[in-house]
Amino acid sequence: MDARVKPGHDEGPLMTKPLISIEALARRYPKHGGGETTVFQDVWLPIRKGEFVCLIGHSGCGKTTILNVLAGLDQPSAGVVIVDGREISGPSLDRAVIFQGHSLLPWMTVMQNVAFAVTSRRPDWRKDKVRAHCQKYIDVVHLTGSEHKKPAELSGGMKQRVGIARALAIEPKMLLMDEPFSALDALTRGSLQDEVRRICTATEQTVFMITHDIDEAMLLADRIVLMTNGPEAKIAEIVENTLPKDRQRTDIHKHANYYALRNHLLDFLVTRSKTFASEIGAKGYDPRHPPVVRPGAKPTAVETEPPKAASA
Amino acid sequence: MERSLSLRAAILSLAILAGLIGAWHFATLPTTGAAGDVDPEYAALVSGSAAEGQKSAFPTPADVGATLWKHLKDPFYVRGANDQGVGIQLAYSLGRVLVGYGLAALVAIPLGFLIGMSPLVYRALDPFIQILKPISPLAWMPLALYTIKDSGISAVFVIFICSLWPMLINTAFGVASVRKEWLNVAATLEVGPLRKAFRVILPAAAPTIMTGMRISIGIAWLVIVAAEMLVGGTGIGYFVWNEWNNLSIGNILTAILLIGLVGMILDVALARTARLVAYRE
Repeated sequence: MDARVKPGHDEGPLMTKPLISIEALARRYPKHGGGETTVFQDVWLPIRKGEFVCLIGHSGCGKTTILNVLAGLDQPSAGVVIVDGREISGPSLDRAVIFQGHSLLPWMTVMQNVAFAVTSRRPDWRKDKVRAHCQKYIDVVHLTGSEHKKPAELSGGMKQRVGIARALAIEPKMLLMDEPFSALDALTRGSLQDEVRRICTATEQTVFMITHDIDEAMLLADRIVLMTNGPEAKIAEIVENTLPKDRQRTDIHKHANYYALRNHLLDFLVTRSKTFASEIGAKGYDPRHPPVVRPGAKPTAVETEPPKAASA
Repeated sequence: MERSLSLRAAILSLAILAGLIGAWHFATLPTTGAAGDVDPEYAALVSGSAAEGQKSAFPTPADVGATLWKHLKDPFYVRGANDQGVGIQLAYSLGRVLVGYGLAALVAIPLGFLIGMSPLVYRALDPFIQILKPISPLAWMPLALYTIKDSGISAVFVIFICSLWPMLINTAFGVASVRKEWLNVAATLEVGPLRKAFRVILPAAAPTIMTGMRISIGIAWLVIVAAEMLVGGTGIGYFVWNEWNNLSIGNILTAILLIGLVGMILDVALARTARLVAYRE
């Protein structure tokens, strides 16, 4: 079923410099009574421009910490994040965050919340220009008419839309999303996922998103990064989305690759995320080039040769 | 439904008021047959009506009503230093409270902001605040009189000290407990420190700060009466004490009622202001 591609097969596209590169990231806590607990370690992940990457893993594997490090809100114990050839040192307007809770400022209206972000990005813009720019993104997330409402007057889905508009309005190089739809009901979640997919495809937005929803990852992501369970979590493998680029939420389940992909992800979350340590013992594991998998109905070019040793 | 509830509440309030006044009225009805028992020296000291022995020294509701009306009819008269209208006395007290309270707000809110922003300063100043806070403001009075050597300014100082702590503590607490996610929003938007202070932290902490200001104005209005009883000269507290020396209980009751009214107005004014900065999450 799985088509295991030799690790590092994607070195070709990687030659074009990634927009953002996570290198040897680790997080450790001092353990009670001496020693250290490692939450995750040796996490390497390049993200290319225009790519939508989802990170899936169980609670406690350090997903949110990785996102916060990318956002500049948290410091890793080891490793770096490189953006445009430079190590990041803190938060930046180039990396917009859509938080798990909507995190709107409750004393500001929808317009004021978005404008607060826009004036941070463009302090030199005149008021009417800021306003027009905000209106454009409020329209994009279909909140036209609610500009002057306070967050408390909005439903959960509408609040999250404002969060998305606020993040998009600063036109960041990269969008970071921490389980943005997990607090919403299924219907709202579905329509917001559609919109995020529409907007991100249209603008070729680079996105890094954390989720624990397999269907969400399959709909949105180009690459799905699977993490083993913590402590000492690591990237187990990277699954390339084998569904067509123009996939729709309403008909992806009819595609031939759908169940292969879904079962692969489900298998990983249910069993392999726990047993991965023994799996790598048998095959050898290079954290810089975790195995890349393309689950599909028809197996394509199964690689049988052993993984290469760490390349330069 | 709500309207009928407030209507019924108003009716009940009026009924309770009528009941209290009625009880007061019957308790102060003239006692008969005691006319001859009054000591003439006592009669010379107290007013003529009490000396007749038919009425208790405690005024009836009608007496207090008449006294109240007399004061409200001409609240701003000045007939010498010891005989000024109740309006003037209230104005003196209000002036002292507003000056002391205003100065306290000018010190407490910026200082509380700094304390709340820095966990180090918060911890370092905490013991001082905890010890200074429970001191009765009147205990500062001798120190104030000794150093300032002016009774009026000493009263203002006492108001300043007693208004300081609730505003300081609430501001520091409000600033220190601004939700982490709002600060994260400011951080990811690379908002500068001043803009963060005024656009994020201040509005987030405003309801807590306003609660502190409301507690402070209440305490200040409580303390001014006692402070003016001590320093004398002017003010509603002095007026109460003066009327005690005159044994004019009607005047004292009038003053008590007016003190309550002014206190309520101050509280309502701050509650209204608090509503302006309140937000729903």
